[in-house]
Amino acid sequence: MDGLDLSVRRGEVFGLLGPNGAGKSTTVGMLTTGVVPTAGRAWVAGIDVVAQPAVARQHIGVVPQHNTLDRSLTVRENLVFHGRFFGMRTARARAQADVVLERVALAHVADKPVPALSGGMAQRLMIARAIMHRPAVLFLDEPTAGLDPQSRIALHDIVRELNAAGQTVLLITHDMEEADQLSDRVAIIDHGRLLALDTPAALKRSVDAGTVVKVAADAEPAALAALLQAAVPGVRDAHALENAVLLTVGADHAVFPALAAVAERDHLALRDVRIDEPTLETVFIRLTGRELRD
Amino acid sequence: MDTITTLRPPTTPSRLPAAKVRTAFVALLARDLTVLWKRPGDFIARTIVQPLLFVFVLGYVSPKIGQGFSDSTSATQIATTLLAGMLAIVTLFQGVFAVGMPLIQEFGYTREIEDRVLSPLPVGIVAVAKVIAGALQGLLATLVVFPLAMLVPSARPDLDVHWAVLLTLAPLAALMCSSLGLFLGTAFDARSVTAVFAILLTPLMFLGCTLYPWSTLDAIPWVQALSLVNPVTYVSEGFRAAVTPAHHLTLLVIYPVLIGFTGLLLWQGLHHFRRRVIA
Repeated sequence: MDGLDLSVRRGEVFGLLGPNGAGKSTTVGMLTTGVVPTAGRAWVAGIDVVAQPAVARQHIGVVPQHNTLDRSLTVRENLVFHGRFFGMRTARARAQADVVLERVALAHVADKPVPALSGGMAQRLMIARAIMHRPAVLFLDEPTAGLDPQSRIALHDIVRELNAAGQTVLLITHDMEEADQLSDRVAIIDHGRLLALDTPAALKRSVDAGTVVKVAADAEPAALAALLQAAVPGVRDAHALENAVLLTVGADHAVFPALAAVAERDHLALRDVRIDEPTLETVFIRLTGRELRD
Repeated sequence: MDTITTLRPPTTPSRLPAAKVRTAFVALLARDLTVLWKRPGDFIARTIVQPLLFVFVLGYVSPKIGQGFSDSTSATQIATTLLAGMLAIVTLFQGVFAVGMPLIQEFGYTREIEDRVLSPLPVGIVAVAKVIAGALQGLLATLVVFPLAMLVPSARPDLDVHWAVLLTLAPLAALMCSSLGLFLGTAFDARSVTAVFAILLTPLMFLGCTLYPWSTLDAIPWVQALSLVNPVTYVSEGFRAAVTPAHHLTLLVIYPVLIGFTGLLLWQGLHHFRRRVIA
């Protein structure tokens, strides 16, 4: 990590977006007391996580990337024991377990053993466990990685509901759609450095483009980028990707006819043309020259 | 790395209330005992099978077929020696199987430990709770094995219970074996489990004076000397002192050495535990 300076506001969903290896997990590790920083400080709910890790953990709920549920226990027992580890009396932990099981729609499997759960259910149970002790901040580390689309939607709904009820969430993801859909503000980081921080809408506006066009053709990407930048009207930026070129084009420019004309003139075989609204991925590419999913 | 803040700026830090730490510690113990209660088969299997076979083969079969005893050793003596040895083996096994192996799994592929070390306790307490839960299982296991070691051999062992010794030594031995489990479970990972068994556990068990009293090793001085670095020797000899009239190492050696091993293994185990948990 290199001079990362962030501040998350109470009640917001804060997205930490970056490619694999950008330093997201290290950042979360530091905030959740699993990684001790070599220098610098961090506070969660006003508590210095480096100086007082045990105290800080009271205010932290973590949903890690991999399944860390207690496989020897049932769904409900996982929650009750977690509550007790956080100092709750058994009766209170049981009552609270019932509340959170309802919230994540797992009440019907409360007495099932953990190994019987599907991937989506296990993920929801990990969220339930993380909110059992009413943490000030809920950390979600790649919460939908490896989930099927339906489970992913269900999980997003849960995150929105929790946030609507006032839960502060720090969402760590390399999935730009997820960051876009869920976050109030997004920090884009790479190589341990903060590249941009704003609302998703403002970040997308910052690329100053009406549309984003991805063009794949039988041509070397760098040469194709130069060619299209010159030939297509309204192009603000042309980036050579691995197998394609990404054009950001101002609003009110008809891209498709211009592309067709260039292709005919230069005998280019177009393989794929995709026209989209700017996304956070566009922002990332503009900032780093690389794609997010490398 | 500069500053990462979530929520409000620093305020006066609060302290962990002792009552919460106590509740959490009890819950950590309760978790292990709940798993024990839910899966009694696992406990029975790791508790009974090995000692039962030892007393059956060495205490019943061997005497019956005329092997294993000469003029100087009677079936009763063999049974008496085995009684203490079996209590030692079962205590050792609980330490390794109730603490060591689960830790290797939890640090390895299940990563279950991660949630527990996120509880608002000093991480060392999670490890200590594991050791105490293991020691309780060790004590329970000695209760289960005691009648087996009494009834299975072809002759009844000589019983001479020194309650003061038994009631202090058994918990100390269980704690030492459980600390050994913590050390093995944190110092080794899943890939080296087989090596731990073959290279460490087997000699600990067979050369820990479980099948013969330490004093009879007079005949082979180098083995006798080597046995003194094996912590299990002190567990076997301790049980020998606690429940039999047989010769045993002096208690003036047994107690301090067991305390020393417990301290050393706990210290090293906690050190490895913290290193595995915090990067």
